[in-house]
Amino acid sequence: MRTIFYIVQKEFLQVFRNRMMLPIIFVVPVVQLLILSYAVTFEIKNINLYIVDNDNTVNSRSLLEHFRSSPFFHVVGQSANSKDGMEYIRKGKAHQMLVLLPGFEKNLVTGTPARVQVINDAINGNAAALMNAYTISIISDFNNRILTDIQPGSALPIQIKWSFWFNPELDYKTYMIPGILVLLVTIIGMFLAGMNVVREKEIGTIEQINVTPIKKYQFIAGKLIPFWIIALFELAVGLLAARLLFDIPLLGNIFLIFFIASVYLLVVMGIGLFLSTVTNTQQQSMFLSWFVLVIFILMSGLFTPVESMPQWARNLNGVNPIAYFISMIRMVMLKGSGFQHISDKLGILFIYGIAMLSLAVWRYRKTT
Amino acid sequence: MKRFIIKEFLHIFRDVRSMVILFGMPLVQVLLFGFAITNEVKDIKVSVVDPSHDQVTLAIQHKLFASGYFLHGEILYSQSEIEESFRKGQNKMVVVFEDNFAQKLERGEKPSIQLIADASDPNTANLLVSYANGIITGYNKTLMINTTGPVIIPEIRMMYNPALKGVYMFVPGIITILLMLVSAMMTSISIAREKELGTMEVLLVSPLKPFHIIAGKVMPYVLLSFVNAISILVLSYFVFGVPINGSLTLLLAESILFIVLALSLGIFISTVSNNQQTAMMLSMFALMLPTILLSGFIFPVENMPVVLQWLSTLMPPRWFILIIKSIMLKGTGIAYFWKETLILMVMTTVFILASIKKFKIRLA
Repeated sequence: MRTIFYIVQKEFLQVFRNRMMLPIIFVVPVVQLLILSYAVTFEIKNINLYIVDNDNTVNSRSLLEHFRSSPFFHVVGQSANSKDGMEYIRKGKAHQMLVLLPGFEKNLVTGTPARVQVINDAINGNAAALMNAYTISIISDFNNRILTDIQPGSALPIQIKWSFWFNPELDYKTYMIPGILVLLVTIIGMFLAGMNVVREKEIGTIEQINVTPIKKYQFIAGKLIPFWIIALFELAVGLLAARLLFDIPLLGNIFLIFFIASVYLLVVMGIGLFLSTVTNTQQQSMFLSWFVLVIFILMSGLFTPVESMPQWARNLNGVNPIAYFISMIRMVMLKGSGFQHISDKLGILFIYGIAMLSLAVWRYRKTT
Repeated sequence: MKRFIIKEFLHIFRDVRSMVILFGMPLVQVLLFGFAITNEVKDIKVSVVDPSHDQVTLAIQHKLFASGYFLHGEILYSQSEIEESFRKGQNKMVVVFEDNFAQKLERGEKPSIQLIADASDPNTANLLVSYANGIITGYNKTLMINTTGPVIIPEIRMMYNPALKGVYMFVPGIITILLMLVSAMMTSISIAREKELGTMEVLLVSPLKPFHIIAGKVMPYVLLSFVNAISILVLSYFVFGVPINGSLTLLLAESILFIVLALSLGIFISTVSNNQQTAMMLSMFALMLPTILLSGFIFPVENMPVVLQWLSTLMPPRWFILIIKSIMLKGTGIAYFWKETLILMVMTTVFILASIKKFKIRLA
């Protein structure tokens, strides 16, 4: 036990001695949490709209007025020529163009279908679909209004109501911040711990440790504990920031979150250490960890829902610790899920952690 | 000088593991984004609470589940079970019908359907509700007796990406991120490495000028990044059918400009950091997350708060992504993005000047 303690002490000294690393470890993540939480949103708020009204009648102007007064749309230009609008879209100044052809009002009065052209810049397919849905709903509202003006009592026979639980405002920050916390903990756990061992290898100081009577598991434990503590500390700071600055709900038990994080850290540190035992330079180890990490992050459901991935990809997520942690921390923080709801996932994570650590200890060679 | 470049090449190519990752990375990412990662909503588990269980509610359910968006989730018998089922994460939305639905409909009492979504994922919740709403409204309209009257038909045209594929959006982003990270991270670390191992001393006392040392260091990475960019383009063109509508030469020229920018940024990072770990953490934290999140790669810049929009103008990837999208998807020429190109050039000059100023011939 005392041997481990000495190694831990040495590691802490080394971390705190490095003037550059301290701000990187402690300040940068919090700043990032603050800045990025605002950046990460799929909400569509400002649709730049270009209007071409070739009809110019009471009805056409009234329909366009609906767009002007909508908080989602921002009219960036208007002319009688759709070519001008296309130029706006090509330059990226407008996202959408609305073209009302001559005879719009006449068609409405005579009962012939009146056509409205909606042209979207669809490079971002997802945003285009939402944008388009807003436009269609404004048009169909307008349509229903003139319809009921003519024939009162023709409203729809079934009422549809909806409610959004756990996040009634549909605030994206609430969803993202737990995920970003996971990311911060992961980077500390996987990178710092892994790189640390390789660094000793590369500089050659590992030889000095290898000739001491220290046991393999003692060495690994000594290397892990400091970063385990730093990562948990960082999680605490992040949670505090989330609570105080963003007012993110914490419905579940906070100790449960820390417990999950501790188990989770075993896995990522095990992976980091394992990667460090199979590499020789910091550059290699960093690339490997980065490669693994990017794939894990992209597939974890942090940015895009796991449910919309194909089945094979979801099966692959079985070995993705980030996916487990993100889904658990969201469940606990936002929905107040308890231990009984997440015990399966936690159990898998625990076994996974033990396996990875044993693998790392087994792969670590005291001889070169 | 030539020998020095050869030495650097040897250093990099000798390391097979790093090479495999460097070239494998872009391929795996493009494949992942192309096949697995998407925002589209389909096959989401949805439950139904249906106390009336008559022909109307069954018809509506049938319409919902035939749409392809929804799959049958956990079976629920009453509203009180909803919260528990959300907590377990068993389903994402519950459709609740009133009792005696068909009878009320017949009597004209306007029965209601409630859509309750688990909005802990707000984006999915919003999409689910709007899809379900659309489907039920469609059914609703067929129930209306009188359907003549003024009708407006929107004609939709999706430009540049008619099938609304996610790959179109992601390919320019992945190219940018890989160029940025590979170039900037690799150079910053390789210079910091020479410092840490002490071999920098050897280089500095040699007759090579600092400029030569730096040029020799970055040359191999220019080549590597360029090969990477081309392999991504080839893959996205042949496997996912992402078009290159504009001039290929222009695209490659802009890529080289951006690679040089990323490399000069990398050199700058290495001049301010004293060892590999610092250099790496700096490029990770200062480059990776902002590059992904503030560049418009996944999240549109227009939707961010104004302060962040200003901040994103400082991010080189933001301008490069705009340029690639214009060339590849919109097929426009330099007249449409000379401003962005100029910004990238200015940024490059600034980083190069700053690193020359910071670069010290003596280490201590």
